[in-house]
Amino acid sequence: MTEGDDAAEATEASPNPVHLDLLDRLERALPGAVVEHGTACGELVVRVTNASWGPLAEVARGDLECDYLSFVSAIDWAPTPRDGGEDAGGDTSAPVQPTDMTFGVAGSAGRFQVFARVQSTARGWGATFKVDVDEATPLVASWVGVYPGADWHERETWEMFGVRFDGHPNLRQLYLPAGFEGHPLRKDFPLLARVVKPWPGLVDVEAMPEEAAAVTAGGDGAGDGAGGGE
Amino acid sequence: MSTTEMPSAPDFELERSAMRHLADAQMNVELDTGDMILNLGPQHPATHGTLRLVVRLDGERVIAADPVIGYMHRGYEKLTEFRTYPQITTLINRIDWLSSFANEVPFVHAAEQLMGIEAPARAQYIRTILTELSRIATFVLFLGEMGLQVGALTPAFYGFRDREHVLNLIEGATGGRFHPNFNRIGGLKDDLPWGWVSETRQVMQLVLDSCDQFEDLVVGNEIFLSRTRGIGIIPGDIGTAYGVSGSNLRASGVDWDLRRDGVPYLAYPDLDFKVWTHSAGDSFARYWVRLQETRESVRMVLQLLDGLPAGPVMAKVPRIIKVPEGEAWVETENPLGQMGYYVVSKGATGPFRVKIRSASFSNVSILPWLLRGVYVPDVVTILASLYFILGDIDR
Repeated sequence: MTEGDDAAEATEASPNPVHLDLLDRLERALPGAVVEHGTACGELVVRVTNASWGPLAEVARGDLECDYLSFVSAIDWAPTPRDGGEDAGGDTSAPVQPTDMTFGVAGSAGRFQVFARVQSTARGWGATFKVDVDEATPLVASWVGVYPGADWHERETWEMFGVRFDGHPNLRQLYLPAGFEGHPLRKDFPLLARVVKPWPGLVDVEAMPEEAAAVTAGGDGAGDGAGGGE
Repeated sequence: MSTTEMPSAPDFELERSAMRHLADAQMNVELDTGDMILNLGPQHPATHGTLRLVVRLDGERVIAADPVIGYMHRGYEKLTEFRTYPQITTLINRIDWLSSFANEVPFVHAAEQLMGIEAPARAQYIRTILTELSRIATFVLFLGEMGLQVGALTPAFYGFRDREHVLNLIEGATGGRFHPNFNRIGGLKDDLPWGWVSETRQVMQLVLDSCDQFEDLVVGNEIFLSRTRGIGIIPGDIGTAYGVSGSNLRASGVDWDLRRDGVPYLAYPDLDFKVWTHSAGDSFARYWVRLQETRESVRMVLQLLDGLPAGPVMAKVPRIIKVPEGEAWVETENPLGQMGYYVVSKGATGPFRVKIRSASFSNVSILPWLLRGVYVPDVVTILASLYFILGDIDR
C-alpha cells in the first residue's frame, strides 16, 4: 500500500471492479477473514487471518471460482544479514538491502508469511493470498484437501522456510536430502558460496601477488577481498 | 482411472493398501507375487533428465508412483537474493533451457512494471517473435521425441532438424543458441540483424511443412494412436487443481491461454490467433494440441514480422538499475505452461525475494495421481506427453 508513485495512485483512485467483487464474495463467505488488502502492480493481494486460511481454500475454489492453483510459498521478511557495500570491500555489484524490517503489499504481523496464488481459468481473474504465521512455531492449515497440487508446494515451503502445514499428509523433504538441517530460504541461512568466496562480480577481487605478500607480512587484513574467514 | 471426482484429502497409505488388496484379489489368486518396487531413474533415458520415479508394481500395473525430484535443484530463489536485476536474467535462462528466452520475459517485465518503464513497441514485437520461436523450437522437438517414446525413430531426427533451423534464427538475433540473455530491463540488447526477417519467413515455411510431415508420420500412425489414445487421461478439473497448465491443460479441454486470457503482455493483443483445445485429455490430445500450437505460433510469427514497427529497441533506463519498493506478479504463457515470478523489491539493486513459479513443477506433481493403475510401458509415454524440463521442475 505504498502511495508513492503515480501507478499506485491511479489504482487506488479507481478500484478494479473485479477486485471489489472478489473481496465482496470473500467477505460474504468468510466474514472477518480479510485483515488487509492491496494491489501489487494491478494484481489483488489479500491478507487473511491464520484461522481462516484453511476454509479459504474451499471459498477460493467455490465462491471465488478460482479452480487453478498457481503456487504456495512463503516470504521471510527479516532483513538480510549479509555483507555488501562497505563490508564487501566496496563491492557495488552486490545488492544491499535495507537493514530494517519492512513489509510489502497488505502488510504483515511478523517475520514469516505464507502466500499463495489461485486463479480462475473460466473467468480469467486471480488473487494472491497472504497469511501471517507465528515466528516461533510457524504453522498454517494445509490446502492439500482442496487443491491437491498444493502437496509439493507445501513440502517445498516447509523445507525452505520451516513452515508446517497442518493436515498435510506427507510433509517431507522435496528437493533437499532427507535429514537436511536448516531452512535455506530463510534470510538467516547463509549462502555459503558467498561466505567462503567474495562476490565474483567484483572487479579485481584477487590481490596482485606483491600486494598479497604485503598483506600477509603486515598482518593488516582490513578491506582485502580474500579474507572472508569468520 | 476413469473417475473424474476430486480425491479428497488423500490418505495415501490407506489408498495404497486398498488398491493392493483389490489388485491381489483380481490378479494374484493363484500365484502369490508380491509388489515390486522399481526405480526409474534418476539416470534413465525415458525420464529426460534426472527425474527419479519410484513405482510400486503389481505385475505390469503401477499401484503407486512417487516422483523424486531435486537432483538438479540449483536454488535459484536463494541466488536471486544475492544478484542484481540485470544479473538475474543469466540465472533464469537456465530454468527451462529449451525456451530460455521465454523465461526472461516475465521477470524483466516484472522489474519494468515496478520501475514504471515500458519497452518500446519494436522491442515488444521482437520479444514476442523470439518467445514464439522458442515455443516452436521446444514443440518441434517434442513432436519428434514423442514418436521416439513409442518406438518410431525417424520423427526424432526431423524434430532435431527443425529445432536446429529455429535455434539458428535465435542465435542469429541474440548470439546464443540456448541461453540468449537478450532481454534488458527496458528493452533488448540489440536490434535484429540485417536479413533476419526474410530468413525467418523461409524457416517458418519449413516448420509449417514439417508440421504436415509430423501429422502424416505420427498422428496418422496406427501404433502411435493405440499407444496414446485413452492413455494418461487428465480430466480438466483435476488438472487445474494440480496446477497443470499450458498445452497439457488445453489438451484436457480447459480453454485457458494467458496470451489471450491473462493480463495483456508483449504484442499478443495485436495478434489474431486461435487457442486450440482438445476434449480427450489423453497423451494423444497433448500431442495434437502441441502440433496445432506449433502451426499457430508460425502464423503469429508471420503476423509479427509483417507488423514489425520501426523505432528503438531500448527505453531510457538509468545506468544503475534500482527497482522501487513494491511487489509484482507477472505470469506468461511459456511453451511448457504458466511461468510466473512474484518479485518483492525493497528499493535495492537486487530483489528481496523472488518466487519462481515454473510450469513443469506443477505439471509433474500430478504424476502420483496420473500414473496410478497404468501399465509400465505407458508410464514412459505419459511422461513424454506431459513434456517437462528438469530444470523447470527443480529450478
